Amino acid sequence: MDRFKLKGLLILAVLVLGILFAAPSFFGSKEVPEGWIGPKEKIKLGLDLQGGMHLVLRVVADKAVESRMNSTVSDLRAQMVKQRIHYSKAVSDSPETIQIALRVPDDYDKLSDLVRGSYPYLQEVNRSSKDGVMTVEYRMSASQVATIRSQAVEQALETVRNRIDQFGVSEPSIIPQGDDRIVLQLPGVTDPERAKALLKNTAILEFKLVDEEHSVQDALRGNVPSGSYIAYMKEGNQPILLQQRAVMTGDLLDDARMRIQSTYNEPYVEISFNREGGRIFERVTSENTGKRLAILLDGKVYSAPVIREAISGGKAIIEGRFTDEEASDLAIILRAGSLPAPVEVLEERTVGPSLGQDSIYQGFLSMIIGGLVVVVFMIVYYKFSGLIADLVLIANIVLILGALAVLGATLTLPGLGGIVLTIGMAIDANVLVYERIKEELRLGRTAKMAVDAGYKNALPAILDANITTLIAAIVLFQFGTGPVQGFAVTLSIGIIASLFTALVLCRWIQEWLVNYQKIERISI
Amino acid sequence: MDIIRPGTQIDFMKYRKAAFTLSAALIIISIAALFVRGLNYGTDFTGGTEIQVAFSKVVKTDEVRSAIEPIGLAGASIQSIGENRDNEFLIRTPVEGDTGGETVQQIEGALKDTFGEENVDIRRVDVVGAAVSKDLKQKGFLSLFYAGIGLLIYIWWRFKISYSVAAIIALAHDVIITVGIFSLTGREISLPVIAALLTVIGYSLNDTIIVFDRIRENIKKAAGSFDYSSLLDSSISQTLSRTLITSSTTLFVVLALFLFGGSVINNFAFAIMVGLIVGTYSSIFIASPILLFFRQEKE
Repeated sequence: MDRFKLKGLLILAVLVLGILFAAPSFFGSKEVPEGWIGPKEKIKLGLDLQGGMHLVLRVVADKAVESRMNSTVSDLRAQMVKQRIHYSKAVSDSPETIQIALRVPDDYDKLSDLVRGSYPYLQEVNRSSKDGVMTVEYRMSASQVATIRSQAVEQALETVRNRIDQFGVSEPSIIPQGDDRIVLQLPGVTDPERAKALLKNTAILEFKLVDEEHSVQDALRGNVPSGSYIAYMKEGNQPILLQQRAVMTGDLLDDARMRIQSTYNEPYVEISFNREGGRIFERVTSENTGKRLAILLDGKVYSAPVIREAISGGKAIIEGRFTDEEASDLAIILRAGSLPAPVEVLEERTVGPSLGQDSIYQGFLSMIIGGLVVVVFMIVYYKFSGLIADLVLIANIVLILGALAVLGATLTLPGLGGIVLTIGMAIDANVLVYERIKEELRLGRTAKMAVDAGYKNALPAILDANITTLIAAIVLFQFGTGPVQGFAVTLSIGIIASLFTALVLCRWIQEWLVNYQKIERISI
Repeated sequence: MDIIRPGTQIDFMKYRKAAFTLSAALIIISIAALFVRGLNYGTDFTGGTEIQVAFSKVVKTDEVRSAIEPIGLAGASIQSIGENRDNEFLIRTPVEGDTGGETVQQIEGALKDTFGEENVDIRRVDVVGAAVSKDLKQKGFLSLFYAGIGLLIYIWWRFKISYSVAAIIALAHDVIITVGIFSLTGREISLPVIAALLTVIGYSLNDTIIVFDRIRENIKKAAGSFDYSSLLDSSISQTLSRTLITSSTTLFVVLALFLFGGSVINNFAFAIMVGLIVGTYSSIFIASPILLFFRQEKE
């Protein structure tokens, strides 16, 4: 077989592949029929075309550093008491520093040993003495801060993933961006407020005993007993006095489900602890029978029932006058785990399904109208050669669609615009070649020579022109988000596809015409 | 069929002074417009909340305004978009972030109360926080800059530094005038518009490169002494029919996008349309005459 035929076969193979990959997308939202032998992957539609929600979250990682520092401080206090280090003050003024005031300066050595041994990430930054009191300041090492921050972001990403999975969004995309951002693409989500509430709850579950020895009224007047604080009920906002120490936290949770109370038809959330959690819960309830145990989520008291008896079996319930939706979302959040730090919404874009439908329709309408104008123009201007260019253009569009499907790229509205533009631009390579062929023919060359010279002379200009557009497209991809990236992708694929169709496919057809069909006059 | 009769040679260089004057005037007007009127940045770049809402009954802009007035949003703007019969509006307020989420609910509630729940279709909501919008703005304009640098290097490599500088000047010319027209018409600069400007950069360069390629080829052929100015004229003339055909086919499809593509993509199509026209003009009347200018300076 000669090279020319081999080339023809390769071209045919590319085209067949293009058709196979592009075909499923033409069924739209319908199923690909049984018996279809090719791939079944359809082109993914961007959120702007199918509707859905785009969210950018920022993990407030500083809060994770702060809470680690707070637990270090309380841990350190306990250790100092144990080791008889006499301190008058141990506080964290800023998220990264601790100040400890020693009443007995001689205790400094003991403190240094303790810190070096148990808290190696604390570095002494300042030490001063005044009136017999020595103040030592420690700072958390930069590497430790960085670790906590990155762990917080990582864990937040994991939790967000879990929650979305449990919520049941089909084909979500959840990716980290930069140091502390999470970008979510949630197709088909139509209730943005509910989705945001689901993601933003840090969901820190705590169980705390109610301080029943002191009165709330007294505390409200500013007389808060040490070890206790005032919290507020979620419903009705009444104040309630709680012990500061949590007897249990939600990290010992195994499962959470929404249940319906049969008598009042009211939904509640049932939580089950893991083995360790069950044991602790049983101990706590048996030691505190008759007292009230408050259940807190993110600092708000959901309920504070009286413990009637020791609870074994590791189950508890959370009530709070929920709607079905709220109870089911709360169960999801508890199952998925808490966020290590709060998140804030930086960007939120929601496209309703009706706009997406309209956009698809308008995009394709303009593609067809623009395409038709070009197709008719080419036939009028270049006659038979124009018809070839038109066929090649159709092949080009099929290849772009096929490539989008096979690469798993997302088609967005600007992306659709990119295909429309490609239609205009793809013709450019043909026009360049045809104008060259015309010039050669005018010089009296034969059809064969004119075709050869036409392609050869036009090549550098075509390559340069397309590579420059490709450079612009690549920059665009780097900078863009969502829809704009979709545009960069279709533009790039369009450039490559049109180079192939104009320089390889179209050339092959014309060489076949002049070499094998011995056509002597080119209709151009 | 030919739109330009073969062998035609137009004395483009003769018009270079007129072209430079025209372009200088357009650039001055554009820059003046940028200073005086500024740009109408979209929510992408200012931050804030943008709601696109469609009603299934006839609603006037004033009715929408009075419906959401009680919420007391400072600086909210309401704009009717699309055809009149679409009853579609764009509501924008500078409020953003977590308060934005509430704002959306408030506006949605107010509209549903006033016009009936079944008549209100919230089609699109964008809430962009200040951190993101600042980021996008910076990245958007930087990307234009980076694209310019990348292209400068590529053309330098493929041609000569003088060609490269001439092409980049023509590009800057196109972008400044397109942005100037956005300023004058008060059209919104959004993310897709920046994408369109980058596309304009790529496309307008196509035309320039194709002329430059012909110039290089003709210089090789001439191989001896030749009149640079008339060589430029013949190079542009030889490629003129291609320039006109490609620009007009591309213009047709973009026009289709502009007319039928819908509200979301309207400004995007407009930017490409303007950029294409200015780009075609500059590749003929600006880029090559700059080459001539460089040549004369050298001699």
